Amino acid sequence: MASVALQNLVKFYGKTQVLHGIDLTVADGEFIVLVGPSGCGKSTSLRIISGLEGATSGDVMIGERVVNNLEPKERDIAMVFQNYAIYPHMSVRRNIGFGLRTAKMSKADKTARVDEVARILSMTELLDRKPDQLSGGQRQRVAIGRAMVRDPAVFLFDEPLSNLDAQLRTQMRLEIKKLHQRVGNTIIFVTHDQVEAMTMADRIVIMKEGRIQQVGTPQEVFHLPANLFVARFIGAPEMNILKGHWRDGLVFLDGVAPFKSDVSSLLKSQPVLVGVRPDHLTVGGESPLFAGTVNVLEPLGSETLVYVTVNGTEVIAKASGRAPPAVGDVVSLSASAEDMHLFDETSGQRIT
Amino acid sequence: MNHSSASFGRSVAAHSILLLYTVIALFPVFVIVINSFKSRKAIFRSPLSLPDEQTFSLIGYQTVLKQGDFFLYFQNSLTVTVMSLFLVLLFGAMAAFALSEYRFKGNSLMGLYLALGIMIPIRLGTVAILKLMVASGLVNTLTALILVYTAQGLPLAVFILSEFMRNVSDDLKNAGRIDGLSEYRIFFRLVLPLVRPAMATVAVFTMIPIWNDLWFPLILAPAEETKTVTLGAQVFIGQFVTNWNAVLAALSLAIVPVLVLYLIFSRQLIRGITAGAVK
Repeated sequence: MASVALQNLVKFYGKTQVLHGIDLTVADGEFIVLVGPSGCGKSTSLRIISGLEGATSGDVMIGERVVNNLEPKERDIAMVFQNYAIYPHMSVRRNIGFGLRTAKMSKADKTARVDEVARILSMTELLDRKPDQLSGGQRQRVAIGRAMVRDPAVFLFDEPLSNLDAQLRTQMRLEIKKLHQRVGNTIIFVTHDQVEAMTMADRIVIMKEGRIQQVGTPQEVFHLPANLFVARFIGAPEMNILKGHWRDGLVFLDGVAPFKSDVSSLLKSQPVLVGVRPDHLTVGGESPLFAGTVNVLEPLGSETLVYVTVNGTEVIAKASGRAPPAVGDVVSLSASAEDMHLFDETSGQRIT
Repeated sequence: MNHSSASFGRSVAAHSILLLYTVIALFPVFVIVINSFKSRKAIFRSPLSLPDEQTFSLIGYQTVLKQGDFFLYFQNSLTVTVMSLFLVLLFGAMAAFALSEYRFKGNSLMGLYLALGIMIPIRLGTVAILKLMVASGLVNTLTALILVYTAQGLPLAVFILSEFMRNVSDDLKNAGRIDGLSEYRIFFRLVLPLVRPAMATVAVFTMIPIWNDLWFPLILAPAEETKTVTLGAQVFIGQFVTNWNAVLAALSLAIVPVLVLYLIFSRQLIRGITAGAVK
């Protein structure tokens, strides 16, 4: 087991810069998720950690060692790929045992180790099959088994669940999380799915265009997003963003009664962007913020998503699943002040 | 109903075309084989009839087996074919791997250069090759033939194999790297098994022309101890008299080893080995 540190990692592909100085410290035994839209540099970062690619500049440390110039096999890591990448011409047993090939262990020990891994992943009865006789979920489990068998210091996962169907993905998500709780190795997990990130991570790293936007626990990135990008990326449906103006401790939205906001860093009057999540914007409620006409309803069972036009802007709110408003109704929407996020209009940074 | 009868008609049509082609393709071989079992008179009297009690004769085979060292010729042919095949597959696959796997300056130019040999027949260089072999003292050795055939087979092998190797998933090779495999092991243990069908194709395409070649054995290695089967069979073809029994028997015999080799490779031509590896 080991910690991982990235120091000022920069990567160029030809003249295109894909990583602009990544600094990140992953604690020993931590489950960290790199998340972001495609092309944000998350997979490149992972490949640099694995040693499959070199960084243009900057350092990668695993444990106490700087591993910049080490081959992947010398880094004490294991990686699980999106396409599973299990060897098609070998049985499950040989696939899992393949990583032990070079290990200095007796044959009996190796067999015992493979059996143990198979037991943990509950696939003992599949050991003699060939990969083409396995389902997608089972193949992914073989790939995880192959990574586990060497008991590496760090597990790297490169979007391992993207090829699975929705139900299987939920199930594997849980299994990987349980696995982490059981074996406790450091895990670095790359995904583009914010739900995967939220559900599995100890800490989430949100990236965009080769830069880290925010590092924090799921609670932090959800409740205290560092900027507009994070606010929009995390949470579904997307956060509502409204134009407003801050003056003397009050936020004025177009055509809406001003509400109090005691942000200390703002001195003078200035335009702001106000964000509020659909989850926190409820139809009806005690202190109505604004009113609008219902456009579309999306019933989800336990609740109903309500698309409301307020002064020409469409916002999403939540209503109860049992008694939703009807299309065309004029409804009032309310949110508590602590669920309102203020962002700088030009930089998009959170105002605190 | 309509649909199934239409597809039935189509499959009958397809099969009859294929059957017709098979008959046309196999007919000369068939004629060679049946006539090799007939007496000389019977060959000329009715070349298309099967051997019967009166016309059946093994005289051709007896002549071939008595005449000189036909076993040696077979051995020479086999040595040359198998060695060239081995070298073509080995070096062709290695070059293809390098071209498809590594990014280096002049990669595509190198690929083009290696593929150029497909378009330029190697026989154009016969005089230069002969001079080269004389200078290096390789005339009348099997090595000369092996070297020439290796050079002749490489362009197509590199071309076909590099296309196939590009389709082997990068993740698979990277998984191997993380599992601690050297580049050689990735090549031999992961990539080669996955391109086996392509290797078999290349093997068949390379093997047949080498086995059948008369040109280079005649020029580079006509000595008695380095004769190949095709060259050996020429003994029976004279300017004025041709011993047809012997020629046909020699040719029939020459089919056997190449048929065996083909059967070995065609068993490897099973597709779908990679299916299921990568979704």
